[in-house]
Amino acid sequence: MTAIDPTAHLTAEQIEELGRELDAIRDEVIASRGEKDAAYIRKVISAQRKLELVSRGVLLFSIFPPAWLIGTAGLSVAKIMDNMEIGHNILHGQWDWMRDPKIHSTTWEWDHVSPADQWKHSHNELHHTYTNVIGKDNDLGYGIMRVDEDQKWHPFHLGQPMWNFINACFFEYGIAAYDLELGKNLHKRRRKNPEFRARARAVGRKIRKQVLKDYVIHPLLSGPSFLPTLAATFTANLVRNLWSHSVIMCGHFPEGVQVFERRSIKGETRGQWYLRQMMGSANISGSKAMHFMTGNLSHQIEHHLFPDLPSNRYAEVAVKVRALFEKYELEYVTGPLPKQVFSAWRKVVRLSLPNKKPKVRTPDREQELVAA
Amino acid sequence: MTSVALRSRAWKLLEMVTTPLVPSDYLDLVSPLRAGADLRGRIEAVRPETGDAATIVIRPGRGWRGHTAGQYVRVGVDVDGVRLWRAYSLTSPTDRRDGRITITVKAIPDGKVSNHLVRRATPGTLIQLDQATGDFVLPEAKPAKVLYLTAGSGITPVMGMLRDTDFDDVVMVHSAPRPHDVIFRDDLHALVADKKLRLTELHTDTDGMLDIARLGDLVPDWAERETWACGPAGLLDAAEEHWTEHGVRERLHTERFRPTVVATGDGGEVTFSTTGTTVDADGATPLLDVGEEAGVLMPSGCRMGICFGCVTPLKAGAVRDLRTGEITEAEPGVLIQTCVSAAAGPCDIER
Repeated sequence: MTAIDPTAHLTAEQIEELGRELDAIRDEVIASRGEKDAAYIRKVISAQRKLELVSRGVLLFSIFPPAWLIGTAGLSVAKIMDNMEIGHNILHGQWDWMRDPKIHSTTWEWDHVSPADQWKHSHNELHHTYTNVIGKDNDLGYGIMRVDEDQKWHPFHLGQPMWNFINACFFEYGIAAYDLELGKNLHKRRRKNPEFRARARAVGRKIRKQVLKDYVIHPLLSGPSFLPTLAATFTANLVRNLWSHSVIMCGHFPEGVQVFERRSIKGETRGQWYLRQMMGSANISGSKAMHFMTGNLSHQIEHHLFPDLPSNRYAEVAVKVRALFEKYELEYVTGPLPKQVFSAWRKVVRLSLPNKKPKVRTPDREQELVAA
Repeated sequence: MTSVALRSRAWKLLEMVTTPLVPSDYLDLVSPLRAGADLRGRIEAVRPETGDAATIVIRPGRGWRGHTAGQYVRVGVDVDGVRLWRAYSLTSPTDRRDGRITITVKAIPDGKVSNHLVRRATPGTLIQLDQATGDFVLPEAKPAKVLYLTAGSGITPVMGMLRDTDFDDVVMVHSAPRPHDVIFRDDLHALVADKKLRLTELHTDTDGMLDIARLGDLVPDWAERETWACGPAGLLDAAEEHWTEHGVRERLHTERFRPTVVATGDGGEVTFSTTGTTVDADGATPLLDVGEEAGVLMPSGCRMGICFGCVTPLKAGAVRDLRTGEITEAEPGVLIQTCVSAAAGPCDIER
């Protein structure tokens, strides 16, 4: 957290005007949503399914090293597409307007151990509503890490670079546990809560199906290629987990991203809500292919402003949003993937150690600091 | 093990292979019209009939169970990326050798689907289908005398009947604004030339509207005829009254195309149909609040339109998006976000 509130120069009126300008950007996209967008998501879904089919087909012969390599690479990409550009965005309701029951937030299920409905609650509802509010948004460190100076240090945090690495490798399991709020619910009394038990059972079912598919059925189908196929699916899951963890770390962890205190969102206006999303998110710069493979979460700022706009429109929205950042003299945190990943990791390592009591950033205190 | 049991086991195994998707998701990529798939059709041709009407030739999926002359089919068409469902009469005979079906569509002003089908639909496009349905059909026992009373696109179900079943004595009274507005005019005249049909063609632009009280002038024995009438509501209302007055109401069969138009305004009576709760709502209160106030257990989430945790089917009526002012009318498959939608007239929420 910076000592100085980077939005302090804005008047309440300006913030509301900013909100209106963002609403106008949103309305423009909604008014022009149409056939091209629908064709886009259908094409991506179809491409993903074909890629997965072909890759799994090739892996039937994974005993031959070239087949193993090609199949594993294909399956990794297919799983990344499924989670990022397709699953994440459909589950946000970005494509609900098409009224196609097969591509709808209420029916979609993804290649992930967290059941779609549980993830929708923790992600769409908790994270997107309370973005970067300490104590309200569990995405801040996923409950296992300290990612802001304001969070209380505990010796447990010394190990957080390690936790973060393990979490990255098994990210989908981390997310499932996180959606279950496992840490909070493992206490004896909470464990017996029927609602929690039902959700835990749903996760168990999903894990069983996913594991059975990846580590039993497909290897068995491969016959003599049993072990290579097993290794291939494990690798593909690992690649997908490392990739999505990296992308997601870049969304809110890099230096320059703001966090907010619980009381700061009391009575928040629409303009203030927008402003919090702007200051609480960070982008990744790069090529079209990079945007696609991140599920357009490289446009995290735009995604947080308009989580339900079709992902293929974020690139054009980003130009207008960035202009607003400039107009209102706000910092648009962005950078290439390696830089942002490094920045996020550096923060994780730095905050594993205790820091001095943070400086408070209310305007009054800021003046005191300046005066001092 | 029986073959059915064997197949269901094989299917279960296949589901384990494709989880979290289902095998159909992959099969649809290569064979969307196969048996067992959701019912779809492929548009094979679009043939203009008049300036604003066209016949759409559709190859239905293997699951199509056929139709009875006079029935209609609901089709789901993607217009500007949005799937919209409409019902159209089938105009093909029931025994078409190539197995294709046709619907004939008249583009109505502001009609999203009808204009799309008539002017923009292209061969090769997949559409969604329901099985044929409707009671506007011929009886199994052939009536001795038949009258078809039609106007405008009301000709379409009757054309399906004419193409399907020959009767000894058939009279048709058909109204359309001008000669070139008569859909199937050539087909009708060919039937007349073959002496299979006696036709009275009324052109309302020059002849004025048909006065049902004077139907006897055109068809003296109308009351003895088994009659099928299809056209605008005004014509059907007048016909029903006329047939009732003369005590022959049971001989009249009618088909109404347009459902009642949803009137949109500010607020209205909201029905939560699953729980059977009805309350009055204003045009500014989110339906989520309206439901909760009335004690209905509503799914909910962020309450600001971003989490999609509250989406609920809108069964009837219309709602207004409180953020954009946009009106959404009920159609099959329409789900609304109750936290940012208010009643824009009477509506029915599935809760």
